[in-house]
Amino acid sequence: CVNDLNVEPIDPNVNTLNNVFKDQSAYKKALAKLYASYALSGQTGGGGGNPDIAGIDENFGNYLRQYWGLQELPTDEAIIAWDDATIKDFHWHTWSPNDVFISALYSRIFYTISICNEFIRNADKAIDTTSGAFQTELKTYKAEARFLRALSYWHAIDMFGNVPFVTEEDLPGAFFPRRITRTELFEYIENELKEIENELMPARQNEYARADRGAAWFLLAKLYLNAKVYTGTERYTDALTYLNKVISAGYSLDNSYEHLFTADNNSSPEIIFPITFDGQNTQQYGGMTFIVHASNGGGMPLNGIDGGWGGIRTIKNFVAKFNLKESDFDSDPQYQGPDKRAMFFFDKSTWKWDINNVGTFTEGIGVTKFKNISSNGGPAPNAHATFVSTDFPMFRLADAYLMYAEAVLRGGSGGDIGTAVSYINALRQRAYGNDSGNITASDLTLDFILDERGRELYWEGHRRTDLVRFGQFTSGPYVWQWKGKVKEGIQTPSFRDLYPIPINDLNANPNLVQNPGY
Amino acid sequence: QEWELRGKVTDAEDGSPIIGANIIEKGTTNGTATDVNGEFRLKVKKGSVLVISSVGYAQVEVTIVDQKYLEIAMNVEAEQLTEVVVVGIGYGEVKKADATGSVAAFSAKDFDKRVITSPQELLIGKAPGVVANTLNGEAGAAAQIRIRGGSSITANNDPLIVIDNIPLESTGIGGMANPLSTINPNDIESITILKDASATAIYGSRASNGVIIIKTKKGLKGTEKMLVNYTGNFSLSSPYNYMPVFSGDEFRALVQDRVENHGLTSAALDRLGNANTDWQKEIYQVAPETEHNISIRHSIGSVPYRLSLGYLYQDGILKYNNIDRKNVTLNLSPSLLDGNLTMEINGTASWVGNNFSNPDAIGSAVEFDPTQPVKNGNTRYGGYTAWTELSSGDPLNGLPNNIATHNPVARLEYRDNTSNATRYIVGGKFDYNIPYLPGLKATLNLGYDYYKTDGSDITDTLASWSYREPEFQIREYWQKKTNSLLDLYLNYKKELGVNKFDFTGGYSYQHFYNEGENSNRAWDPTVPGARVTPYKNEYFLISFFGRLNYTLLDKYLLTATIRYDGSSRFAENNRWGTFPAVAFAWKMTEEPFIGKSDLVNELKLRLSWGKTGQQDIGDNYYPYIPTYTLSTPGAYYQFGDQFYPTLRPDAYDANIKWEVLTSLNAGLDFSLLNNRVTGSIDVYKNNSDNLLNSIPIPVGSNFSNYLLTNVGSMVNKGVEVGLNITPILESDFSWDLGINMTYNKNEITKLTLTDDPNYPGVNTGGIAGGVGNTVQKFAVGYPARVFFLFTQVYDQNGNPIEGLYVDKSGQGGNVAGNELNKYYMKSPDPDYLIGISSRINYKDFDFSFSGRLSLGNYVYNNNASNRALYQQIYNQSGFLSNILTDVKKTNFTTAQYWSSFYLENASFFRMDVISVGYNFSSLFGNNIGGRIGLSVQNVFVITEYSGLDPEVVNGIDNNIYPRPRTYMMTISLNY
Repeated sequence: CVNDLNVEPIDPNVNTLNNVFKDQSAYKKALAKLYASYALSGQTGGGGGNPDIAGIDENFGNYLRQYWGLQELPTDEAIIAWDDATIKDFHWHTWSPNDVFISALYSRIFYTISICNEFIRNADKAIDTTSGAFQTELKTYKAEARFLRALSYWHAIDMFGNVPFVTEEDLPGAFFPRRITRTELFEYIENELKEIENELMPARQNEYARADRGAAWFLLAKLYLNAKVYTGTERYTDALTYLNKVISAGYSLDNSYEHLFTADNNSSPEIIFPITFDGQNTQQYGGMTFIVHASNGGGMPLNGIDGGWGGIRTIKNFVAKFNLKESDFDSDPQYQGPDKRAMFFFDKSTWKWDINNVGTFTEGIGVTKFKNISSNGGPAPNAHATFVSTDFPMFRLADAYLMYAEAVLRGGSGGDIGTAVSYINALRQRAYGNDSGNITASDLTLDFILDERGRELYWEGHRRTDLVRFGQFTSGPYVWQWKGKVKEGIQTPSFRDLYPIPINDLNANPNLVQNPGY
Repeated sequence: QEWELRGKVTDAEDGSPIIGANIIEKGTTNGTATDVNGEFRLKVKKGSVLVISSVGYAQVEVTIVDQKYLEIAMNVEAEQLTEVVVVGIGYGEVKKADATGSVAAFSAKDFDKRVITSPQELLIGKAPGVVANTLNGEAGAAAQIRIRGGSSITANNDPLIVIDNIPLESTGIGGMANPLSTINPNDIESITILKDASATAIYGSRASNGVIIIKTKKGLKGTEKMLVNYTGNFSLSSPYNYMPVFSGDEFRALVQDRVENHGLTSAALDRLGNANTDWQKEIYQVAPETEHNISIRHSIGSVPYRLSLGYLYQDGILKYNNIDRKNVTLNLSPSLLDGNLTMEINGTASWVGNNFSNPDAIGSAVEFDPTQPVKNGNTRYGGYTAWTELSSGDPLNGLPNNIATHNPVARLEYRDNTSNATRYIVGGKFDYNIPYLPGLKATLNLGYDYYKTDGSDITDTLASWSYREPEFQIREYWQKKTNSLLDLYLNYKKELGVNKFDFTGGYSYQHFYNEGENSNRAWDPTVPGARVTPYKNEYFLISFFGRLNYTLLDKYLLTATIRYDGSSRFAENNRWGTFPAVAFAWKMTEEPFIGKSDLVNELKLRLSWGKTGQQDIGDNYYPYIPTYTLSTPGAYYQFGDQFYPTLRPDAYDANIKWEVLTSLNAGLDFSLLNNRVTGSIDVYKNNSDNLLNSIPIPVGSNFSNYLLTNVGSMVNKGVEVGLNITPILESDFSWDLGINMTYNKNEITKLTLTDDPNYPGVNTGGIAGGVGNTVQKFAVGYPARVFFLFTQVYDQNGNPIEGLYVDKSGQGGNVAGNELNKYYMKSPDPDYLIGISSRINYKDFDFSFSGRLSLGNYVYNNNASNRALYQQIYNQSGFLSNILTDVKKTNFTTAQYWSSFYLENASFFRMDVISVGYNFSSLFGNNIGGRIGLSVQNVFVITEYSGLDPEVVNGIDNNIYPRPRTYMMTISLNY
């Protein structure tokens, strides 16, 4: 009976590599995990145990939560009141290589890459042994896995620079992944996206929330627009090539700006690639639940949730992009200005315009952009008191319009100023409800683009990348309240344009090199 | 006609005097005891019958005719003697005097008279090298035991517990505060603690944290008188100190001051109430407890039996918290075939009911605004005051504010968290003396431990906190564990001249099975999100073991042990481990050149070396197998209009294996001054290797960023001294004093694969406040759980300056934002632990106490760091919170979690128990003897620690259920 020591798990919910893919439907579930990696922290709803990564509270170890935090909190768009570990270091630009949140996002990025690699390996095996419709489907799945891997590598190149590199060739085990330079990684992502371009479903033809060619084109455009930052070489013409593909793929601006951020935004014709959430089925204290609850408090309308957590709000420097002053809230704490994108809350009786204490939520200006109600004011689909049903619009057409204008302004060919102005005015007409906000070609400057990106895309996880591309994130002339841990803000060292390689991985992997300055 | 009888009691074998033998006139209270010379005097009259008894000797009865002087020679009573000096060593027993390892043994008489709900508590303060603490004051709370500091970092540090030859599963079970509370302490005959590897190696892969062998009481032979024993007690417990918070009036003044002078929004004033509520007084109670046990020891025909029935009911000081236990234990020890087949059959059944009440109320009671009344007349929350959402515009019946503190009294009233556990332990041990081969014995040992719990945790819909996730209003769960055991072994004893051999060899098979289900739902069946989550797993252990005891000339003793263990938790290439040990003992007083004298009665030197293991490495029973886990509902992902469960590849370590402990021990057992001073001294060094540590692994190399893998090493070095002293021993006055001292130094020597000197260590010690904040580390060169904090800077008046710390790194800038400025500080474990117990018998009275001195243990006062901050008084979402008056010491506004200010020396002396008793030998003229006693538990604590209680397991003091003071009356009757 020594053979009794050879065990296989007896829990019906636990499968081993030996038997898990015996059922063809398992591939779609494994693919769902790759997408879910951006939305959920583990295998139990609500972050209730069985997390994917360790070293941090499960609901903090959520991809979107940390991506959002690292892209927004160090910028003029958001500031947080809480005392969680080192979270205030972001707004202060004082984060260190052992920061748990930076480590969490970095881990999450490479976790996602690892499971994509595993999926690609398994899909490859199955593609070789199947045929017909199922084989075709598997090929699409595999292309999507490669897209998601490229997406995560894009996050890595954007935030961490020269990073570890693993593909499906690297089997899981005890080894030290090699370091890849930013330039090499740029080429890898570029090649991957081009290779899968035609293996993905045509734009807008896949199931909702699954990546298609539109998503791949959009990501390529993002990569090219930021190429100067990543590699030192401008690629604005390439950016325009793919932006033109995106723009002509049949997406259209949503008639209602507000609808992009409500619980029924899955029906928006503008969204190119979302991360989905659902009050009953995709539950997570990180993700959109975090964004909606943490930005609520101080008497703000609840908009479909059961209460605010009083954490994140914006600052006076940012609302100044909308020319807002304290007195604009004299009659109504919910701002009702001509630009409908300015969704801010400020109750003069209890809130303070200036932030004297970062830890006091009611100092600053509340943001009511994301809501857990449907666009008609009714309850969210699959509504839950705590968990939010609103999807996160990671890529949307308006961003492509703004990127188009920027690439043209920066000298890319394949576009023209006239079209750029018309795209910008399409956004402004939606915002103002009429032509009153329209601009002319002479208004279209790079400074205007940066501000307009803020107005259109604030809190959508773009701000850090944008400020870095415009040279305004750290050492540029632009400062805002509490940047550099000084009330009215100071410039910070430019090495902070990149996050540090987390100390944990630097210690674990001798192939890595710390980013300069850390 | 009365006269004074004088006499002497001696050992029949060697004529030595027997000290402390009892001489009692049968049927009366007239009696005395022998002095150090074995002599006594007693008034007697013609025709009275004297009963002479002494532990370890057969009782003698003498009828008085006209004797003036009596010489009584007593014979050693074989069976009773074994009870005293024989210790379990696993798959066999050995005389304590012949033990070669570091072994501590206790019998029932050593146990304190106090409220004890589980066997672990019997060990508190009793043995050197054994640190036992109850975790908190909850009824039936778990006790944590660490033998020689514990050998692991992340794996289990609990010793292996073996009850009546059945090694128990070490981990607990859901819905039981303490799994061992199913064992009635009154049924325990003896406890043996095996400390060094030579003693524990026979248990191989489960032995590295020491072994506790518990033996329950057995029946009596039919020739003896039936013994009936009843013990009962009744006690009352009450909290004796409370967290220092502001009263209602003080709080109103405080809020006023913060608004007027410190910039707090005046909105805070609008939320103040007019009441003066002491919330802590509202949630605690004076808690009664009562326990009754009856046991009968005799025989049915020729089958000795012991039957015991027990009942316990104990309330906790937190309202509604209670535990009740009913248990039945039957021991049968028949023998057949002219005594060549002996059997020990043990069966225990226990039924434990737990009401956990709602410990969340404890923290709420500290925080809830004291200016609010318990009830404010709302209708939505059953009248209990609740903070509501500002935006809902109705302070009484608006939506609940989910981030606010919830009403402590409602916490108790609206949560019903109970469980019922059943446990059966059945064991049978069959010893067969093989005919024609004298000295050869075969043993079959079978055991089955079945454990099941059913529980529910139900929140009323009136509860203000039930809104957040209504689908969790009703939680139900059950769990079943079984542990099946088969041991088969041979024992052969042989004497060849001056050589004695005692060989044991055998096979052991054990299977552990665990299954259960958790479910949740809302009261309203239309609320979605109801779920049922089942789980199931198992593991096997298979072992071969052997032990040779060799004795030369009755003075040189050698023990060699080996165990070869296989565990299903590891892959085939790492599955089997070999755990050897050798020990040598020298009975020095047997040497002619030392000899026995009145000064030195006995000396024994012990030396040992051994390796043991730890296979209990966590909840994952399949850590080496690449598995995929399907997500549960709620963790589905949307494609199109459908939600799909997800399949995740799990991280795994194909090479995971045992932790190994190598232990060296040197010890001296002694008995001095006519056995008035006995004891032992041990020094040891334990090296733990292959320690599992969840370490950051290179990202991209596996399916997680951390992996539990065998990388760490740790050393425990220590000295233990145990002393039993009898300063006074007279016929009606004796005093026994027990002192034990432990010194242990722990250091982590390795933690990662690459020996990186810059590796800062693994975070541990999560605190209350923020999320994910920790204040301790496992770090190389420091003790486990070393504190990791900034060094606070103080002003010239000695007050801490908020946010100002020593710039250790010299990098300037934001000192508090740079981890490099944190210092490794102190340790939560004591350097010295000294247990002291004393027992005085004077005539029919006894008086005893026992206490503990703990030196050098540090505690991070998380209550102060998290609840003594001005900023917490008012939250922007519109609620007030009380804070601790400790804030006056710091004047801190915002949280300074990593300030060394909060790290305090929590050395303490705790008087665990003081008791007095009166002993009688006949009640109402019947042959009923017994004792009536009074005791106080947790009598006082001397400490400089500023928090409630310095005894904090793992060194982070937050929201503990306070340990009460308990007054108890006990009655025990023997017939």
